[in-house]
This record gives sequence, structure tokens and C-alpha cells, in this order.
Amino acid sequence: MSCAAHACGAFVSARRALLSARGLVQSLLAALTLAVVPTGCTSSALRADLVIINGAEPESLDPAIATGQADLRIITALFEGLTRYDPRTGDPIPGLAERWDYSPDGRTYLFHLRTNALWSTGEPISAEDFVYSWRRVLDPATAAEYAGLLFYVKNAEDFNTGKIKDPTQVGVHAVDARTLKVELAGPTAFFLNLCAIHTYAVVPRDYIERYGDRWLMERPSKVSGPYRLEAWRLNDKVRLRRNPRYWDPARPKTERVDLLPITSPATALNLYETGAADIIWDKNLIPSELIDILRQRPDCHTFDYLGTYFFRFNVTRPPFDDVRVRKAFAMAVDKERLVTRITKGGEKVASYYTPIGTANYQPPQGLDHDPPAARRLLAEAGYPEGKGFPPVQYLFNAGTGGGARPDNKIAVELQRMWQEQLGVNVALRQLEWKTYLAAQGRLDYDLCRSSWVADYNDANTFLDMFMGNNGNNRTGWKNARYDQLLRQANQQVDMARRARLLQSAEAILVLEEVPIAPLYFYTGFTFYDPAKVAGIYSNVIDQHPVDAILRMERPPPK
Amino acid sequence: MHFLRRLVFLPLLLLVISFLAFLFVRLAPGGPFDRDRAPASPEIKRHLDAKFHLDEPLGRQYWRYLADLARGDFGPSLKYRNHSVNDIIKQGLPVSMTLGALAFGFALGVGIPLGFATAVRRGEWPDHVGSLLALLAVCVPGFIIGPLLVMALAVQWRVFPVALWGSPLHAVLPTVALGLYFAGRIARLMREGMSHTLAEPFITTARAKGLSHTAVLLKHAFRLAVLPVVSYAGPLLADLLTGSFVVENLFQIPGIGVFMVNSSLNRDYTMVVGLVLLYAALLLVLNLVVDLSYSFLDPRVKYE
Repeated sequence: MSCAAHACGAFVSARRALLSARGLVQSLLAALTLAVVPTGCTSSALRADLVIINGAEPESLDPAIATGQADLRIITALFEGLTRYDPRTGDPIPGLAERWDYSPDGRTYLFHLRTNALWSTGEPISAEDFVYSWRRVLDPATAAEYAGLLFYVKNAEDFNTGKIKDPTQVGVHAVDARTLKVELAGPTAFFLNLCAIHTYAVVPRDYIERYGDRWLMERPSKVSGPYRLEAWRLNDKVRLRRNPRYWDPARPKTERVDLLPITSPATALNLYETGAADIIWDKNLIPSELIDILRQRPDCHTFDYLGTYFFRFNVTRPPFDDVRVRKAFAMAVDKERLVTRITKGGEKVASYYTPIGTANYQPPQGLDHDPPAARRLLAEAGYPEGKGFPPVQYLFNAGTGGGARPDNKIAVELQRMWQEQLGVNVALRQLEWKTYLAAQGRLDYDLCRSSWVADYNDANTFLDMFMGNNGNNRTGWKNARYDQLLRQANQQVDMARRARLLQSAEAILVLEEVPIAPLYFYTGFTFYDPAKVAGIYSNVIDQHPVDAILRMERPPPK
Repeated sequence: MHFLRRLVFLPLLLLVISFLAFLFVRLAPGGPFDRDRAPASPEIKRHLDAKFHLDEPLGRQYWRYLADLARGDFGPSLKYRNHSVNDIIKQGLPVSMTLGALAFGFALGVGIPLGFATAVRRGEWPDHVGSLLALLAVCVPGFIIGPLLVMALAVQWRVFPVALWGSPLHAVLPTVALGLYFAGRIARLMREGMSHTLAEPFITTARAKGLSHTAVLLKHAFRLAVLPVVSYAGPLLADLLTGSFVVENLFQIPGIGVFMVNSSLNRDYTMVVGLVLLYAALLLVLNLVVDLSYSFLDPRVKYE
């Protein structure tokens, strides 16, 4: 036999080395040390002052492009807008604009920017910067998915859809370097809330024009918010560093913050338990099997949250084109049982769609849990005791990436309830996420699991999606009276009258027509030890500005 | 000559693979920009498709992709819009390679001696114990071993960090979690190869000629017995170097293993094709190396 060559990939040893076991060990050790040395050379191994487990990896940190919640939590620390979120209540408070005036008809706003508002590189932030930033979101070339949030500004939608080619026609103009005039398409009760959303933040024109898509990676990072972007490694961390030129010397409270994109609930909890992380603030990271145990702990903070878990009916095809069948299905569900036995997170049962705690609003009463009435309605519709009911399917999605979702258990539970209470057999259809979205989008379903989380604290974010031509409707349901009520409501300056109109609209949605059946309202979870971490509060929109958070003892040397 | 021919065919093979990957990922339902929240107007979706040329005919898209590829540009990531596929590979591949190489070293370093020892002492108690350990390593999956290791050595006794990457200590648990299964496989392969070889007539000849026990085992039997391990190790290395989804997800290691799975789920077209090409290239090269080594190890093997 002739001599041998090693099959150890990149490290091809000499023929003779392989002949002896010792040579084998030597070459392995060489490989190991060579491999380990670059591993140990990262300076980012030093722990930051504050470590937050953020949830998913941000897709983008560009305010015009990002849509995910994990993204916007970081973006609002880097880029500020006219208003910002109050850490306690989540209400809009002055940000880069120190004060504002608005016309009695609610259509025109005049924002006065702070005189000490500076970019992190030292230049003053001007009203022109805001004009540029908002036009950029609406520019078709940017392909901003959340451009729709700016459609409340006059001519914004037409510019984005191409009906108007001239960006100067959009209703945002700089009166002078410190004054911004905004003209709205109509009175918008929640406009100041919108101004706090990351899409409305101001971005540096010179960097974007000079560096294109890579403008965020340029150093020194040019930001308008309390933090600069120091490092961004995918699936590793985002590191923020205090912006010394930020207008408020009292903020941010912490020098260095790391945000970790952990998707596995077990890993998140382990990191928190061993002190490697200070806060967990993504409710998807709570393992559903442990919710009832974890809720008892003093460092688990739960709060009502503006999100609804519901399911949609496909009203374009039988049997759910009959409103009696829809009502029967909605009334047969024991929602109490779902929240106490399945989700166990202290969620509140939902008979209406707009969650408890939505500002300036009183929702109407929806359908009760009433199995006898449900059976009666089903019989009236032609299926007494479920006989002759066509086969239908409940569509839901598979969990993605290790998140602990109770969707499967809820689906099974619903199936059982409909079987027992109504005598109908509903099959379960579980699809992978994108396939599920595609099926829902083309109305290829009978019943479909759904959820919705507020973009801003107002009932409109929940109700306008069911207007006839809204892309988020996805039920095939159209009601001219509903659309008209919503349009009227959004023309109102009188908040009380507006609330009443919205309430009438929602009554059509959850009581009369029932194209959807709300199940429960989400509960938010944050983990932190109040003895160690201060400045983080529970509010209904789950906004916890990073700049207000402070770690109160020195972290252990790592 | 044979190997030169294979080297020439390599780029052609990669081209075919790139086209197939390009096609298949686009055949899956749903697109990269489908979300739970639909954009406010259909125009927005059109702008997105236009920006990334998804509205063009497939042939033109593929041609555009090849033109970029020729310049070494794998394209922008459709999901992580501030990063290009090159960025992601540049950041993640060294980490995955490090972890993969360590796990590979661990698998060989544990598997080969274990297999060797159990074959030499065949039928005796070291064989029973060793074979049982190897069997356990193969049967218990990584997503059970991983959390068990974390529970015992990182949470209960704070010997190692729970997760993340950064110091040599961070690498220990992931290496073991990843490498243990392959150590078991290699041990069993080694045992088979060794037992088989020891039964060959030439071993009897060597013993009859009076060679020492160690010389017989190490100098003569080993290089032939290790052949099954070598054929297994080549593709294994390619697999390990491109990262493991389970281990990287569990320990939150910033490699590309997570991207290999998630890019398909996200319909991130450019990333899928880029990563498939990377994996295919590694696999083809390593297979070539394995075949080359065969011709060194076993002179009975000849290539035309």
C-alpha cells in the first residue's frame, strides 16, 4: 500500500504525518488553534452597559424601509421625528419639534423645531431635512412598504401612486429653517401619534445621496436620535452608543446598549437568567408551556396591549356567505376557555375588535358566547345540528424559527368546540408562513387565523382595514355603510362625535355582519428586575424608548 | 487527467445548479415581500417588485443575476435590505467555518480513536461500552443534546456561557452539541472499516512475517480502514462548514446556518441562490479532494 493523504478539508497534512496517530493529533490541534484564534479576537465580547433581547433580527434600520417591531425599536433610538413616545404612557410628546400649532379645522399643522437639534456629526437639523425625509418615503424609487402611513398628508398618496409626478405638491414644506408646515388630506385625530412613528423620522440627506443603500454603514454614523449605531452584526447584536450631540443632555441614560436578536425562547430565558441580558421585551419569546409559571414571578411584567387575535371568514363562498352561519360559529366559541386553558397569559376575552385601552374610544358590545343561540341560527340557515354542513377548513400558519405559538392548540380547541356545540366537522389546514399568506391573500380559505397589532393608539388602525378596498381586508367583505361611517368619522374634529361614528361602524363589524370573530386581546410581557433596571414602563402600545432606560448597578465583568 | 477534467466541469455544474436553485425558489408560493400587513396600495408592491427587477421575465432576471455573479456580486438580500448577500456571507461564513471545523475536529478526534479501540478489542468489554456510547451519540439528536448540555453546564453549573459567540469558551458547548452525532457515526464507520481490514489476508501475512502488533495496526491496517471515514468526512466537512441551523439557532451563533434555512422560508431569492451555490461549490471541491485522497490511500484505485 502506498502512503496516504488527509481528508481534513482545508488543512491537507503531509503524507507522512498521517501515517502516525501522533501526526493526526498534531494536525488536528493545529487546525483547532488556527480556528479558535480568530474567534477569540472579537472586541465585541465585552458586555454593554445594558443588554436587551429584542426578538427577531431587524430587516432594516432605515426608517423609510423598516416595518417590523424589532426594527422600529432600534430605529426610534437612532432617528427621531417631530414627536416621540412618552416612556410611561406611549403618548406623543415633543421630540425634535418643541411645540406646534394647528388650524381649527385640523388640516394644517405648524411645527417649530428645536434650536439645539443637531445631527450627530454636528450640523443643525432643519425643516428641509424633514421635507426630504417624508418625500423620500413617498418616492416610488424608495419602495417603502409603510408609505401608506404618510398618506394622511395632502397629495401624498397621489405622489406615491404616480398620479402626481412633482414631489413639491406633497403637503409638507419648510417655511424657514426651523418651521415645518404640514397640510393634511383631512382632519386626522391621531396625527401627532403618527409623527412619533419611525417612518416619519428625519434622515440625513447628504449621506443617503452620497452612499446610497449603504448609508447606515458609514462611520461616523449620522443620526438624529439619542443613540449612534456603533456596530451591527447580523444574528449577533446591534450595538448603540450615546449620541453626545442629542438635544436633551439628560438622555440617553445609558452609554452603551446591545440589542440581541434572539428567536429561541429557551435561549432568551437562559441568557436572562444567567445575567447576560437585562431585559426581554418580545412577547413571542415567552415559552407558552411556561407562561403560567413565569407570570407569577416579580420580574415578569404583564400589561394590556393593543393587539387582537381573531379569525376571518371568507364571505365570498358558501357556507360563510350566510351571516347566520358566521354568527353561529362566532357564538359557539368559548373564549374564556381559550384564555384560561390554552394561552394562559392573562389575555382578556374579546367580543369586539378594537382592544381595551384604545384612546378616545368606547367599543360596542359584540356577540356573546351563546351556544343555544348559535345552534338556532345554524338550523335557520339550513343545517340543523350540523347536518348537511359542507366540509370546511380552518387555515393557520406553522410557527417560524422556534417561536412558541399557541396557534396549533387554539386551532384544535376551536375544532373541538365547533364539533361539540354545533355538530360540524372543521378540518385543520396548517401551511408554512408565506404559503399561508399567499392563500389568505387570494381568499383561498374558509376560516383563517389572524391577528392585528396597532400601528398607533387610535381605533382607526383597527377599523380602516375592513373598508372595501383596503389590502388588509382579506375577507371579501364590503359594506358601503361601514365605509361611509369611517370616512365621516375621519372628517370629524369633535372627538366625541368621531368616537360615536367609529362605534357604529364597529357594531356593523362585530355584531351585525361578522366577517371576523375576535377571540382575545394580546397581553404584553416584559422581563426585567425593577431593582436593577429603571425607566421602562408598561403601556398599551408596547413602546419602551431605549434612551429612558437605566441599569442601576454595574454589570459583572465579563 | 481525470481530475483535471472534473475541475473543468466544476463551473459548468455550478451554473446548472444556480439555474435550478433560481427557478425552484421562485416556483414556491408567496414572495419575499408578502407580509401580514399588506401595503396601503398595490402600487407600493409594484415599486418593490420594480426595484428588485422581480417584474421582469425570468430569463432576463437570470441573465442579470449571472452578470452580477461574474463580478462576484451575489446581489442584495431581499429580506435584509441594508445588507447584500456578500455582506452576510462575509460576516457569517468565517463563524460557521470555525464552528464547523471545530466540530469536525471533535468528531474525528473522538470518533476515530473510539472506533479504532472498539475494533481492536472486539467482543471484549471496551467494545461493548464504546459501541454503546457511539450508538447513543448517533441516536440522540442535536436539539436534545444541546439543551441538555446548556442546562447542565451553563445554567446549573455556570461553567460555560449559555449562548452567543465571542471567546473560546463560547465555542465549547456548540462544538460538542454539533460534533457528537458525527463522532458516533465516525466511530462506527471506523470500527467497521478496521474490523473488515483486520480480517484481510494481508494482515495475516504481515503478522506471519513477524511485524509488531502496533506496526500491523497503525502502519498497515489503519490507512485502509480509514477509507470509509474519508468518504464520509468529505461531504461532512462541506455540511459542517456551511453551518448548522439547530446549533446556531440554539446558541445564537452568528453564522450562516440559520440563513440557509430561513432564506427559503423568507423567499429571499438572492440569498437562497447565493447560499446554494456556496454549499455546492464547497461540496464539489471537497468531493474532489476525497477522491484524490483515495488514489493516494489505496493504490488499487485508479482513475482514467
